[in-house]
Amino acid sequence: MAKALREALDTDDRTFLMGEDIGAYGGPYAVTRGFLEDYGEERIRDTPISEAAFVGAGTGAAMIGMRPIVEIMTINFSLVAIDQIVNHAAKLSYMSDGQISVPLIIRTVTGGGAQLAATHSQSFENWYASVPGLRVVVPATPYDALGLFRSSRKDNNPVIFAEHSLLYRVRGEVPDDYYEIPLGQARIAREGEDVTLVSYSGMVRVAEESAAKLAENDISAEVIDLRTLSPFDLETVVRSVRKTNRVAVIEETWKTGGFSGTIASDIQEAAFDDLDGPVLRINAPDVPAPYARNIEQAMIPSSDWVVEAITYNFGL
Amino acid sequence: MTVIENDEKTMKTSKPLGKEQALEFYSMMMLIRRFEEAAERLYQRGIVRGFLHTYIGEEAIAVGAIPNLREDDYIIGHYRDHGHALARGLPPRTAMAELCGKATGSSGGKGGSMHLFDIKRHLMGGHAIVGGQFPLAVGMALGLKMKGELDSIVMCFFGDGAVQEGEFHETMNLASLWNLPIVFMLENNLYGMGTEVNRSNAAGQNIYSTAESYQIPAVQIDGMDLIQVRETVIEGISKVREGNGPVFIESMAYRFHGHSMADPSNYRDNEEVEEHRSRDPIDRFRTVCIEEGLLTDADVSRVNEEIDSTIQDAVEFAEQSPAPAPEALFTNVYSKPDTNQ
Repeated sequence: MAKALREALDTDDRTFLMGEDIGAYGGPYAVTRGFLEDYGEERIRDTPISEAAFVGAGTGAAMIGMRPIVEIMTINFSLVAIDQIVNHAAKLSYMSDGQISVPLIIRTVTGGGAQLAATHSQSFENWYASVPGLRVVVPATPYDALGLFRSSRKDNNPVIFAEHSLLYRVRGEVPDDYYEIPLGQARIAREGEDVTLVSYSGMVRVAEESAAKLAENDISAEVIDLRTLSPFDLETVVRSVRKTNRVAVIEETWKTGGFSGTIASDIQEAAFDDLDGPVLRINAPDVPAPYARNIEQAMIPSSDWVVEAITYNFGL
Repeated sequence: MTVIENDEKTMKTSKPLGKEQALEFYSMMMLIRRFEEAAERLYQRGIVRGFLHTYIGEEAIAVGAIPNLREDDYIIGHYRDHGHALARGLPPRTAMAELCGKATGSSGGKGGSMHLFDIKRHLMGGHAIVGGQFPLAVGMALGLKMKGELDSIVMCFFGDGAVQEGEFHETMNLASLWNLPIVFMLENNLYGMGTEVNRSNAAGQNIYSTAESYQIPAVQIDGMDLIQVRETVIEGISKVREGNGPVFIESMAYRFHGHSMADPSNYRDNEEVEEHRSRDPIDRFRTVCIEEGLLTDADVSRVNEEIDSTIQDAVEFAEQSPAPAPEALFTNVYSKPDTNQ
């Protein structure tokens, strides 16, 4: 992500960063360490703790031709700015009938599992994915993070770029040559024949672990990493379902209202005759995240849940 | 409620006002007044729908302030935005068509009364969420500074209700901290919808004192007096262009009609309304200009006729324009990506 941001700052004068503790502190997840020294305080702006104001300021600057990248420390705090995101950034193009565009990237950290308790462990990408006018990008690998970020910059729309906190430590190959990953293009992370596992962000690892476990029982699972929720690549998912006839969607957030519901419904509309069973949804139970480790871990979808659900429901 | 008196917080400079300007300003205020009255009639006939918030009584603020801005400056405000839009030069036909939800409107009928945008004129809305415009103003001003357009400014309009929102305080803090080139124009008409300002603001109706707590120079003036508004705004703009940060101008005003067309105004009595009507900003300006020899009765009649004709034309244009095509429901949800970069 640091590489992505530096590239943006180096190649586009209109780009600047705003957020809490991104400058002097070096970034709460150290993404912007060293940036203040390299780019100065005009372009690396530490903000007061005023999410609504600085997210809206990002929108305002974008409205007149700048290309700001705003950081909301975690997606939990985006709720303080949700009016600016949903009612302003997402709607200005429409309400002005195209006179105004909002090329604003909102980077934010998502996901739980770090014992930060209920208000610091949520994932709201699914909420934002249902808002027309927003893009929601959910990379699961370093390669994808860079490629998707480049496309997000070119998209000219407000983007919620959600970086899962537990993925910062994931290592992966990132070529020096320039590449982009278009928004709305899912990735087949692992090919398979018997069941499709649809996932995104932090749950891609869970899907891959599940596929490995299923393989021990001769069940071949195809893993799809959605990469973006808005736009959402239904076509890739349906193509896979037509092949495997069984599908489970794995998502970290609460089951009620989860994006997995939309995906499940879209699949059954498009490919009902290809399904050998219901679309399984593997989500967190509808409870706030607790602090204690054992019960927090018990609410996050794991490969054990996935394997159990598939074995039970599909009789494989 | 007592009528607001001038007090020593007014700026005592005088900016010469010639005949041409007197005509221009009188004409502009009459345009707004007649436009709003026509909009109300269209609303009563069911042609303008949704919410309609008229600026009747407050014309002196928009007309006192906006003509002092340059083309490169930006304007943003709230949903009582027709006055600002017309003062900035949005054609009456285009504005009326937007209120009527027609394809020929400033947003192709997709924004409506509360969302008048004209990017060529740097008119950035028209926002329906109370206080939503504050952070946008911060961002535009920040963008101007970062682009190096160091003496362009942002003029941000808002009402006495909006200062209760958290975003107001966040914005005051940020604008002051970052020295942003914003003229904050508070249109204090004493009521946030139906709630009188002393019932919702701990600082009472003298809101300019709140701005001072954020180290922002602030004044309170009579917003029904175009000359005072103009003089104060000219000073304020010049200060902001020097790069010393924002200023805050509280214009005390009164809207003669309800909050919106849906408002029966149960919360204020007729006596109060009549008292404020006696201070009609257009009557006052006309009287002063005639006394000073800047306007003649003939000028006034001529302008009135021209405005009536302009408004009639705007109404006819709007009524005869087509509704948006069905496909318009789906257009401009997203901006197009860059084709080069």
